[in-house]
Amino acid sequence: MSTTHKEPGARIKQPGDTSQEILGSAANRPVILRQAEPAERISPSSAPGSWLLAPSFWLVVAWSLLALGPFAWMITTSFKPPDQIFTYPPTWLPNPITFEHYRYILERTPFPRFFFNSVVVAIAVTAGQLFSSILAAYAFARLSFPGRDALFVVFLGTLMIPDLVTYVPLFMVVRFMDLVDTYPGLILPSLVTPFGIFLLRQAFMTAPKELEDAARIDGCGPWRTLWSVFLPIARPAVATAGLFAFLQSWNAYFWPLIVTQSTSMRTAPIGLRYFVRDPELGTNWGALMAASTLVVIPIVVLFLATQRQFIQGLLAGSMKG
Amino acid sequence: MTAPGAVARPESAPAARPTLAPRPTPMFRPAGRRRRLADAVTGYLFVGPALLGMSVFVLLPMLYAFGLSFVRWDLIRPNPRFVGLDNYVAVVQSADFWHALRVTGIYTLGTVPPAMVVGLGLALLLDRAIPLRGAFRAIGFLPSITSIVAVAVVWAWVFHPSFGLLNAGLRGLGLEPHRWLSSPQEALPVLMVVAIWRHVGYDMVLFLAGLQAIPRELLEAATVDGAGRWARFRHVTLPLLAPTTLFVLVISVIESFQVFSIVDTLTNGGPAGATTVLVYHLYEVAFVRFEMGRAAAIAYVLFALVMALTVLQLRIGKRRVHYA
Repeated sequence: MSTTHKEPGARIKQPGDTSQEILGSAANRPVILRQAEPAERISPSSAPGSWLLAPSFWLVVAWSLLALGPFAWMITTSFKPPDQIFTYPPTWLPNPITFEHYRYILERTPFPRFFFNSVVVAIAVTAGQLFSSILAAYAFARLSFPGRDALFVVFLGTLMIPDLVTYVPLFMVVRFMDLVDTYPGLILPSLVTPFGIFLLRQAFMTAPKELEDAARIDGCGPWRTLWSVFLPIARPAVATAGLFAFLQSWNAYFWPLIVTQSTSMRTAPIGLRYFVRDPELGTNWGALMAASTLVVIPIVVLFLATQRQFIQGLLAGSMKG
Repeated sequence: MTAPGAVARPESAPAARPTLAPRPTPMFRPAGRRRRLADAVTGYLFVGPALLGMSVFVLLPMLYAFGLSFVRWDLIRPNPRFVGLDNYVAVVQSADFWHALRVTGIYTLGTVPPAMVVGLGLALLLDRAIPLRGAFRAIGFLPSITSIVAVAVVWAWVFHPSFGLLNAGLRGLGLEPHRWLSSPQEALPVLMVVAIWRHVGYDMVLFLAGLQAIPRELLEAATVDGAGRWARFRHVTLPLLAPTTLFVLVISVIESFQVFSIVDTLTNGGPAGATTVLVYHLYEVAFVRFEMGRAAAIAYVLFALVMALTVLQLRIGKRRVHYA
C-alpha cells in the first residue's frame, strides 16, 4: 500500500532531474553514474509508460542498438544481392532476399568441413571436460583422501597461468606426441578445466550431508552416490559447465590456429580467418558475412536458450573465487 | 601409509579384543585403516583423469617452457643448444619487445577503464526494474560471447577505408575519409574501440551481480538520512561494490595483456607494427620465426609482468577495498 503511494512521486521526479543531468553534461559517464538508483525502483506494472520518458531507459536502448548493430548488419548483408552491399546510403534490409552467399559458402568452399570440425571438437571437449570435472569436483567436495586440499590448490593455481605461457611448450608436447593437425591434437589439451572443477565442486559442497549418509546406508558406493544422488542435485551447475566448455571450444582461436596445418583440419573460426585473408574471398563481403553468421549462430542460439544458467555460471565462477 | 593388510577395527576398541566382536554400524564407525586406504584409492581414481590431463597439458608444458627458455632451438635442427640466460637478455634488449609492451600498455589503459565505466553504468541502469530488462541484459552480453573472428569481419567492413560504413558516412557529411585500420596512427584506437564494445557486456554482468549483493536496507537507510542519489552512489553503492570492481579490474588487466585474436583478425599486428601487442609478438617469434626458446622466454617475462601487475592491484585493493 505505502509503496504505491510513494511511487507516483518518484515517477514524476525522475524524468525531470535526469534530463537536466543529461543537458548539464556532455559526457555520458556522470549521467550514467548519477542514475545509481537501486533504492527507487520504477515498477512498470504500476506506472505504465513512465519508463518511456526516463532517459536511463533510452541509454540502455542506445547501448543495445550498438551491441546488436554489427550482428544485424552481418545477418542482413548475408542475404543481400551483391549490388546492394555497397550502396550508399547503406540499405539495411535485403531486397530481394538471396541465398547465393550461403550457397557459395556451403558449396564452393570447405566451410562445411570447418563447421563439422568445430562441432566434433566442441562436443568432444564438452563431454571430456564434464567427465573429468565431475569426477574431480566430487572427489574434492565429498571424498577425503590424503593430499586432497593441496591438490585442489594446485588445480586452482593453474587458473592463474595465462594460456599463452603454455601454448609454445604445449605445441612442442603435442608435436612430440605426433598429434599436430589431428583431432586429438585439437581436443586433448582442452579436456581438463580448473574452472569446471571449481564450479562443480561448489555445487557438490552445498548438498546436505544427510543425502550422502542415506545413500551410504542404502549401500551405495561412491560411484553410485555420485551418479544417482549428487549429479541430479548439481544439474544446473553441470549444464553451466557444459555450456562454458562448448562456448570456449567453439570460440577457441589461438590453439586451433597453431595446431592445425592442413585446410581440412581447420575449425570454423580459423577457416573464417583464412577466408578473410584470401585474395578472392576476402573481398566477397556477402560470402564473408554468411560464413560469419554461420559461425555465430550456434552460440547465440545456445546462449538465448540457456541464458539464466549461462549468467549464473559466469557469476559462480567469478564471484566466489 | 599404513600396512594394507591390517584388519579394520574400531580404533577405540582394545587391541586384545578378538576381531569377531560385534561391529558398530558402518556409518558411525570411525574410519579404519582399510577404509582410509580405500578412500584414498577412490579419491585418486576420481581425481585421476583431471590430474592426468592437467599434468600432461598444463604442468608439464609449464616446466618444459621454463627449460625451453634457456635453450636455442628452431624446431628444424634436432638438438636444442643450451644458452643460459641469453634468451632473457635478448628479450630485454630487443626493441620489438619494448615496442610490443608499450602497445599492450596503451591498449590496456585505453580499453579496461572505459569498458568498466560503461559496464558499471549499464549495470546500474539495469539493476532497476525497467521493462525488457532481461532482454537488454542478454543483448548487452552478446558481443562478449560471440567468436571474435566473425565479429571482426563486420568491424573490418565498418572501418574499411574505401567502402566502409564509417567513411561512407564521413563522405556523406562532406568530411575527409580516414584510413582507419590501415593507418599506423588510427589502427590501435580503432582496435581499442572494438575491444571496448566487446568487453562492456562482460563487465556489466559482473557488476550486476555485485549490485545485487548490496543490501537494500543500507540504501534505504541512507535515503532516510537524507542522502541524495549521488551521495548514495558515492558513499554506499561504490564502496560496497569495491570487491567486484577490484575483481573486474584484475581479470580485465590479465585478459588485456593476453590480447591476441582481435589483433590477428583485424590488423595482423600492423600496419608497420602499430598494433603488435605482446602476444602477437610472441606468436611471430614462436610460429612465424620458430625461435622456440626465445618465445618461451617472452612468455615467462609476460607471465611475470602479469603476476606483478595482479599482485600490485591486489595490494592496493587490500588497502582500499573493504569486504563487507
